[in-house]
Amino acid sequence: MSALHRKLIRDLIHMRGQLFAVTLVLACGIATYVTMRSSFFSLEAAQFDYYSQFRFGDVFTHLKRAPESLAAAITAIPGVAAVQTRVLMDVTLDVPGLDEPATGRLISIPERRAPMLNDLFLRQGRYIEPGQRGEVLISEAFASANRLGVGDSLDAVLNGKWERLHIVGIALSPEFIYEIRPSEVFPDNRRFGVLWMSRDVLGPAFNMEGAFNDVVISLTHGASEREVISRLDQLLDRYGCLGAYGRQDQISFRFLTDELEELRVYGSILPTLFLCIVAFLLNVLLSRLVGTQRGQVAVLKAFGYTNWEIGLHYLQLALVAVTAGTLAGIGAGLWLASSLIKIYERYFHFPALQLHIDAPLILTAVAIAAGSACLGAVSAVRRAVALAPAEAMRPEPPATFRPGLLERIGLRALLTPASRMIVRNLDRRRWRAVFSSLAVALSIAIVVSGRYAMDAVDRLVSIQFHTVQREDVTVVFQEPRSAHVRFELAQLAGVLRVEPFREIPVRLRLGHRWRLIAVLGLLPDAELRRPIDSQLHPLTLPADGLVLNTKLAEILGARPGDILTVEVLEGARPVLQIPLVSLADEPVGLGAYMDLSALHRLMREGDTISGAYMKVDPAIAPRLYSVLKRIPAISGVSVREAMLASFWKTFGESMGVSTAFLVGFASVIAFGVVYNGARIALSERGNELASLRVLGLTRAEITRILLGEQGLLTIAAIPAGFALGFALSLLLSRFFSRDLFRLPLVVNAGTYAFAALVVFAAAIFSGLVVARRLRHMDLTAVLKSRE
Amino acid sequence: MPPPQPAAPRTPDPPPPPAAAVFHIQGVTKVYRMGDVQVHALRGVDLDLYAGEFVVVLGPSGSGKSTLLNILGGLDVPTSGEVHYLDHNLTAAGDAALTRFRREHVGFVFQFYNLIPSLTALENVALVTEIAEHPMDPAAALRLVDLGDRLNHFPAQLSGGEQQRVAIARAVAKRPEVLLCDEPTGALDYTTGKLVLEVLERVNREVGTIVAIITHNAAIAGMADRVVRMSSGMVAGIQRNVKKISPSELSW
Repeated sequence: MSALHRKLIRDLIHMRGQLFAVTLVLACGIATYVTMRSSFFSLEAAQFDYYSQFRFGDVFTHLKRAPESLAAAITAIPGVAAVQTRVLMDVTLDVPGLDEPATGRLISIPERRAPMLNDLFLRQGRYIEPGQRGEVLISEAFASANRLGVGDSLDAVLNGKWERLHIVGIALSPEFIYEIRPSEVFPDNRRFGVLWMSRDVLGPAFNMEGAFNDVVISLTHGASEREVISRLDQLLDRYGCLGAYGRQDQISFRFLTDELEELRVYGSILPTLFLCIVAFLLNVLLSRLVGTQRGQVAVLKAFGYTNWEIGLHYLQLALVAVTAGTLAGIGAGLWLASSLIKIYERYFHFPALQLHIDAPLILTAVAIAAGSACLGAVSAVRRAVALAPAEAMRPEPPATFRPGLLERIGLRALLTPASRMIVRNLDRRRWRAVFSSLAVALSIAIVVSGRYAMDAVDRLVSIQFHTVQREDVTVVFQEPRSAHVRFELAQLAGVLRVEPFREIPVRLRLGHRWRLIAVLGLLPDAELRRPIDSQLHPLTLPADGLVLNTKLAEILGARPGDILTVEVLEGARPVLQIPLVSLADEPVGLGAYMDLSALHRLMREGDTISGAYMKVDPAIAPRLYSVLKRIPAISGVSVREAMLASFWKTFGESMGVSTAFLVGFASVIAFGVVYNGARIALSERGNELASLRVLGLTRAEITRILLGEQGLLTIAAIPAGFALGFALSLLLSRFFSRDLFRLPLVVNAGTYAFAALVVFAAAIFSGLVVARRLRHMDLTAVLKSRE
Repeated sequence: MPPPQPAAPRTPDPPPPPAAAVFHIQGVTKVYRMGDVQVHALRGVDLDLYAGEFVVVLGPSGSGKSTLLNILGGLDVPTSGEVHYLDHNLTAAGDAALTRFRREHVGFVFQFYNLIPSLTALENVALVTEIAEHPMDPAAALRLVDLGDRLNHFPAQLSGGEQQRVAIARAVAKRPEVLLCDEPTGALDYTTGKLVLEVLERVNREVGTIVAIITHNAAIAGMADRVVRMSSGMVAGIQRNVKKISPSELSW
């Protein structure tokens, strides 16, 4: 080992505290990178494999009823590679152990197993056997949420008759990676599940013998999705087609793709922030080291060491820290990624979701770490290289100071000499102070934006489920019914209020933009479901015309006053011109509303309803549920509280985990910055402080002077951190302004307080760690030392 | 130069006869561990310092003079022996007590001045007067060392001699009973060094502060009331100057 290497090792040992802090920040940066990137790649790979191996469709549509012979015509559409016709029905299920009725989505499968689009992965049990009437496969998410296994059975209403279904297998389909009831945002796997049963059983049960009501299509390579969709719409128009759509509008695909996008964005922003801070910390650290080692550099140069050797020596110091941080970061990242994958497994259901680690990812992590280290080290190393030996022999020229900004604007009298020291020291290294403060601000912002997600979801739930949707139970009928059904519902024990609604599937068009959507007809004086305006006040539905929510209006480019083309996809399928009257502003989904009777008039139909919202007496709700389960006309029942409870359970846990990580990351940054700042200050001003001790200042007094600087920077960082946190939250709310849901921009006071508290605690902790060093200060040495 | 205001004029010569000792040191030893080696820095020192005295402690490096100064100044405590300052027993004082002692009674002047670079001359002095009970006005202290026109200069804008005079003003401004100076001219050139000694002599004369200078420059001994020679951790001899020489007459 060369002497220079020995020096390297000793310097490393000497600076272990500071290097540790830098290493920690770096490790966090690399860990976030590895976690997010590898989760991203894992999910993406799992999605790709699943979709291709199990032939996930490209175009989907639902219709009223079409003869099987039409399948050939669909296949003949140019660009169509394969067609899968199916029978798909939503029915009420009676699940053992569950009070509320569950909704089962029954999907037909061939009686004998054959390759199909949206093919099934059989996790457990076996495929259905021909001729066995009651056999079903059920989705894994539904099975595990209800603890159902192979051999168990449940009851379902099949076209008016109760049937007992026997579970023979647990399956997964690429169609339901994210398994959610249509038109909802939060999955509730207890009360919504997918069941596959024989086409030969399902068809006759719903009057679909030799017919189908659902199509999945795959496209040939290079086919135009738009073209196929438009041809398909034409072909199926007279069969009650609800409009064909591509993967982009397939709900499970959409959720998963949004999540991937999120990971991709976070995976580049967070690590970048960390690594900028690492570069900054290393720069300060090495600049100081080169400063204190001027004499040593001079001696080395005098003895004939080349600039290259000396430059490399200091660079190595940075690289050792970086190597340690990178290794730790990669290890932690992989561990975190495997936990993140476990969280994802609860939301997204794959046959196999495995952590996907590849060499390029690891190598990129290493390269990024090395890059940030070199970026930070280069200017300091250059200074060491540039020192002329003779100049380096002399001590660094004394620091020049001038009155600080505060004093220049006339606040001198407010400051004691000790505070002037603090202010001027900061002023002298202005950029360093600005960057330190910014880094601490960033850590505050990270916590703020992390908690923002929680605040926003909280707000979203409170707006959507306490202001917009105030019903306890929603029932949906198999077929539209006469409105007098509402009185029958009202008769049921436990029902306090019934408000009917009419839902009509339409294609909403403005110019060349269009969207498939259901127009919701509501009573004008509805209390249980009321669209709201941007001020959260309930909207009165106009006697005529449409109300769209802002997101839908944005998608269509529509403004109040515009005339929209409404192609009704039900009944006589009229094409109507309806003005957009006003905008509603709810945070979930896309919505189009009309006055119930106006809708009836337009549809030229009598008093017909699709379902009803109900307020129920919680005390006798379970009895009501068991009654509802038995009403064959009802195809779906959703219970708001149950859905919310199940949401908070999953979301709350994953939110808790992510908050814990963000708090950890922010603390590491704050610790790294404040600790290093204080150590550098101690190294630069150790002599001053010791002199002051000799002059009779107490340890508390010099501690105040030493930590005052960091304290001031931390305090300055708080408003900056709040502003930055708000800006980040704003970005997030823009980013999360999606069809499925939109995060409102609300940051609670508690979130700011929490963020400030976390960072302050980290800062105080690091300050105290450094302050302990003041105890062991050698007072006699300063009498002799020149620094 | 205007006369220093707070200092009452005193008869410069002869020095007052030794009254009660301000410092009383008896049988003091100090043993350090330097790595694996035990260093006997002081091996039984007896010394008294009297009010208003100007004392020069002479000795080669390693003679123990710095250790003696550290113990006198409350920076260190002896391994054995007794240290008394008036009625304070410093022998086994803790950190807090020593800090209070330094704060109230001792002024230090360092070889390398140890000014706070971020504070102006005036502020460097004010830093100490703010924690003192009956301090001088900081500006007056600076005028005492002939720096009345440099009040708002930062250390980096002052010459070495000027910096050392700021350090003296800082040490004197709280009206300490004793001024301890460790090689105060060590980093200065000949002329500037003499200027600094003149200031120390004036402080001793006009304010009445005990001044103790430790140095290996034997020429300085001429301006002292008493010269203490140290060697190998012991007092080798104490000599009273019959006639003090003014600093301007010193030469080395």
